[in-house]
Amino acid sequence: MNKIKEFVNQFGLPRIIIGLFLLLLFIIAPFVGVKVSTSINDTLVRFGMNSVLVLAMVPMIHSGCGLNFGLPFGIIAGLLGATLALECEFHGVVCFLMAILFATPFAVIFGWGYGKLLNKVKGGEMMIATYVGFSSVAFMCMMWLILPYKNPTMVWGYSGRGLRTTITTEGYFLHVLDDFLKIKIGRLVIPTGMILFFAVLAFCMWAFLHTKTGTAMTAVGSNPIFARASGINVDRIRTLSVIMSTWLGAVGILVYEQSFGFIQLYMGPFYMALPAVSAILIGGASVNKATVANVIIGTFLFQGILTMTPSVMNAAVHTDISEVVRIVVSNGMILYALTRKTEASR
Amino acid sequence: MSEQQVPLLEMRHISKDFFGNQVLQDINFTLNKGEILGLVGENGAGKSTLMKILFGMEEIRDTGGYGGDVLIKGEVVHFDSSLDALNLGIGMVHQEFSLLPDFTASENILLNREPMKSNWLANLFGDRMDTLDRDKMTAISKKAIRRLGVNLDENMLVSQMPVGHKQFTEIARELSKEDSESAGQITLLVLDEPTAVLSEKEAESLLAAMKKLANEGIAIIFISHRLQEIIDVCDQIMVMRDGKIIKQVPNKNINVGEIAQWMVGREVTIGAGAKRPYDYKGKAVDLSIKHLWVDMPGEVVRDVNLDVYQGEIIGIGGLAGQGKLGIPNGIMGLCPAGGAITFRNQELKLNNPRCMLDQGLAFVSEDRRGVGLLLDESLEWNISFGAMQVQDKYLRKYGFIKWRDQDAIKAVTKKYIEQLEIKCTSSLQHAKELSGGNQQKVCLAKAFAMQPKLLFVAEPTRGIDIGAKQLVLQALKQYNREQGTTIVMISSELEELRSICDRIAIITDGKVHGILPADRPSAEFGLLMVGQGKKVANE
Amino acid sequence: MKQQQKSSFKKFLRFLSDNTVTVLFVIICAVSIPLSGYSLTYLVSEIIVRMARDSFLIVSLLIPIMAGMGLNFGMTLGAMAAEIGLICICDWGVVGIPGIVLAAIISTPISILLGWWCGKILNLAKGREMVTSYIIGFFMNGIYQLVVLYCFGGIIPVRSSKLVLPRGYGIRNTVNLSGIRLKLDNLLAIRIGTISIPIGTFLIIAALCLFVLWFKKTKLGQDMRAVGQDMEVSRAAGIKVEHTRIISIIISTVLAGYGMIIYLQSMGTLNTYNSHTQVGMFSIAALLVGGASVSKANIRNVFLGVILFHLMFIVSPMAGKNLIGEAQLGEYFRVFVSYGVITLSLVLYELRKKRELGDEGAALAAGQKEEGK
Repeated sequence: MNKIKEFVNQFGLPRIIIGLFLLLLFIIAPFVGVKVSTSINDTLVRFGMNSVLVLAMVPMIHSGCGLNFGLPFGIIAGLLGATLALECEFHGVVCFLMAILFATPFAVIFGWGYGKLLNKVKGGEMMIATYVGFSSVAFMCMMWLILPYKNPTMVWGYSGRGLRTTITTEGYFLHVLDDFLKIKIGRLVIPTGMILFFAVLAFCMWAFLHTKTGTAMTAVGSNPIFARASGINVDRIRTLSVIMSTWLGAVGILVYEQSFGFIQLYMGPFYMALPAVSAILIGGASVNKATVANVIIGTFLFQGILTMTPSVMNAAVHTDISEVVRIVVSNGMILYALTRKTEASR
Repeated sequence: MSEQQVPLLEMRHISKDFFGNQVLQDINFTLNKGEILGLVGENGAGKSTLMKILFGMEEIRDTGGYGGDVLIKGEVVHFDSSLDALNLGIGMVHQEFSLLPDFTASENILLNREPMKSNWLANLFGDRMDTLDRDKMTAISKKAIRRLGVNLDENMLVSQMPVGHKQFTEIARELSKEDSESAGQITLLVLDEPTAVLSEKEAESLLAAMKKLANEGIAIIFISHRLQEIIDVCDQIMVMRDGKIIKQVPNKNINVGEIAQWMVGREVTIGAGAKRPYDYKGKAVDLSIKHLWVDMPGEVVRDVNLDVYQGEIIGIGGLAGQGKLGIPNGIMGLCPAGGAITFRNQELKLNNPRCMLDQGLAFVSEDRRGVGLLLDESLEWNISFGAMQVQDKYLRKYGFIKWRDQDAIKAVTKKYIEQLEIKCTSSLQHAKELSGGNQQKVCLAKAFAMQPKLLFVAEPTRGIDIGAKQLVLQALKQYNREQGTTIVMISSELEELRSICDRIAIITDGKVHGILPADRPSAEFGLLMVGQGKKVANE
Repeated sequence: MKQQQKSSFKKFLRFLSDNTVTVLFVIICAVSIPLSGYSLTYLVSEIIVRMARDSFLIVSLLIPIMAGMGLNFGMTLGAMAAEIGLICICDWGVVGIPGIVLAAIISTPISILLGWWCGKILNLAKGREMVTSYIIGFFMNGIYQLVVLYCFGGIIPVRSSKLVLPRGYGIRNTVNLSGIRLKLDNLLAIRIGTISIPIGTFLIIAALCLFVLWFKKTKLGQDMRAVGQDMEVSRAAGIKVEHTRIISIIISTVLAGYGMIIYLQSMGTLNTYNSHTQVGMFSIAALLVGGASVSKANIRNVFLGVILFHLMFIVSPMAGKNLIGEAQLGEYFRVFVSYGVITLSLVLYELRKKRELGDEGAALAAGQKEEGK
């Protein structure tokens, strides 16, 4: 009995509930006529789409900057990269790579400024991150209207000026990762390319955390005074983590778009931080500790629920409460994490 | 006062231990109405614990209660909480101010005891809907302040008060408690180091106020290390050492020197053995400190000048709060500092931990859990971290990528686990699971792993058991002998310093008050600690 | 002479740095108003309407700030309680002032419950109250949807079919509040030329302000101020810290509920699933524009904030159109400014906190330096 209690305490009750819920959905699925292969297919695709965005959370959590509610800031760098790549009329894999290339300097500059800001407001990072994210999205809304893009598939047809709200990636970099080395097993299609891409980035992150700088970053998040006493420049490491997080956010949205098929501008990125934050928390991370395993487990569980709930619930009780489930699960998870005592060991 | 009068306070055979650690032994004393008792002793003598027992603090109950009896007016009392003590008229003013900065003196004095005017809403929603009776508040505050005989504006905001006024506000708060419905008259006031942060003038006002209160019949227990003040104002003087009362005398013809002797004099020294005579002739100065100031809250350093010679073990002692801990924290960049530091003839930049570490200085902090360790990480991480980051040790280089060398880390961790006898389940155990003593050993190992040229160690044996204490001190001695590392040891335990150091510098009021060879009698150090005694130049 | 000039210049700089957000807003408004081309009468009447509509909501934010809980993003919970109350009165066909009062009565116990729950969670997340209240708002939105979109019309019976979605359960996206529309505003309204001043509503707002001023004088108010300054000192003095914090949130939530009812009777329509989401953000932005900070806010800030914020809000689209030729730009501009203002206030607040700590330390060190030399 004690062992079970220990297990529950360590994993946290909410996570276990979510895990069991997902398992339940998978079990019910065949009984209500939902094809398991389609479900697994969809879950895998959505896993791939969102995984890099969730990975973007890791550096900042590691360095003690908290949950990156300012992810939209990085997403914007990615959007700038994508729109520029399309404007320059690149196609296929090249387009995707150029998008990353264009996004990188933006991501580094944004991340650098954002990191410097967060260093000045230690203790209040999360709230300020949220509003920096919102402000930047709102600011870009104005920019998308007046920046001089010319590509006819991107701008409003009538006036020829100002970008559309949604831009299709078809003909540009749609599914370039998804289709790469995809594996068909009967009706199941595994988007190997996308998952491989994530695997490579995840591996790089894991490797980074094993280097000298990565070790320093972990220490900064674990005990910043200890780190400072050991001669580490805490501010510099934090800024580095923010730049990494922002860049991963930029790449993450590109991976998302190539699978989703559309580039969403204006208010699109507004609420995109919350799913990523919930996902990593569901995977077992806390406000100041996160591993790559958390990313994988969390994204899988979260996207699994998002995929399965509508189909299964619809078929089972003919009601679509997926939206409500999404809101309750994701925000409930964040609430749980925020109310944990993380500095207890101090 | 008639001779037959029952003493206001009597403590009989009081004893207290914290999980086997005997902190108080057989304390007996009495205190009469209107008497001022001066309580003197080094840190760790047991003064605070004794006062906590008197004031009924939870901490005492939570750790197994106490032995013996406390009698108020001849009757044995048992306190279930501080409120009980309050109800019997005992008030306590602590060292750290417990004041709200944006409230006036009056609001602070009457915090949570404000007189109120009732209104009909209170019947619906409860007592807290009564409005405060501001006029009554002013009246009560004024009265309490008048009793102190000081000039304090009850409408002044605490944030704008000079430190002395804050102290008076605290005392006024205790005095005003007698005007609440529940509390009785204040009969006994405990003042814990009230003059520590006051200027001379403010201290004078405070002493005058104390005399005034005593004349009105309030008994006062005055804890201080400013021995001159004790002599100026107390009727009785009680000296504690190592949890026992060493001396209890009426204040007649006592001088400061005598009190200092009682405070620190000991017959037995631990680790008695042939002390090595350290030959200073021809030795170079390793570390030269000039005009050091450090802003460390509670341990402010004002102007320290000190030369540390190569290969010696120098101790830095002094009473708590006088600044000795500020020295290593300031030099190693953990607290803002200024001044001129030279190491082996090279000028070093302050406020830069990296610079110091690169030059070969290392620091084992007094705050194990807060500064010295990564509690959530393994021993391997903790021990190898400093050397890895500063000296690129335990890394495998692939081009410009520096990869953690897990094998090397494991090896060095094992080495120190054996050498320092660190009790753990494995090198992967998390630091927070170790006992205090073993945690301290891990901090030492981290410093040793960097093979420093000069090592600061602050309070190395605080809170660890006798066996571990010996081991830590032995390890330091050995390191100094074998590696030639200069060691600067900061400690509040004079005997410890005397057992392994060559010289000891005493810090009082943020400055070096004197340096003596370690084999001088303790009494001389005691005098230095209380700000007396001659400054002797080191030979 | 020069000394005086220097010190008054310094004072001016100090004033600017302490009131950056407000000054910035005054400049934005001063530039945008002439650009927009609106007439003064139009602006004045619009501001009066909006003041009546929004002030109550913003005043509800004052009490948590006093108790050290920061900006209460959880006021959304009170708004949701009010909406449920309004759905009920629409269903039962109660109109006019009685309808408004009934909705308030229904919302009160719901607000108390939600406020109590919110306060309890915030006590678990000390030091992160604002982010937590922000997420609580989102979370409750999910629960609200669960109740209003699924339970109402099914488990909770709804008489009027006009309210219910075609599928048979769940409330429609918009609910017509014509039954109570402007009833409070028009109560005792005075007309000056073309401008109609809703005296009734203003009387209620004035009553609330008086309540807040009086509240500060009570023991409970004093306790909240104490807890807001230092929880440990208050605890040592015997004040029930957690209890006091929860009460501050409950009061705030209940007041937010009433404020939402006033807001909606002025608007006339209820967007069932969207009305409450923006209310929190705009109220907080307005309060901050009025010069409040995370730890200090008073009634002056409320009214100054409402005026400045809504002025900006009204004139931005037209100013944008006349300046660049795109009204859309102006609309996005006001969204950006709303969020930017909150960001700026939060950053300034943190910077000021750090600066004050640094000042203390530096003074100490400088003092020693003098002695040391």
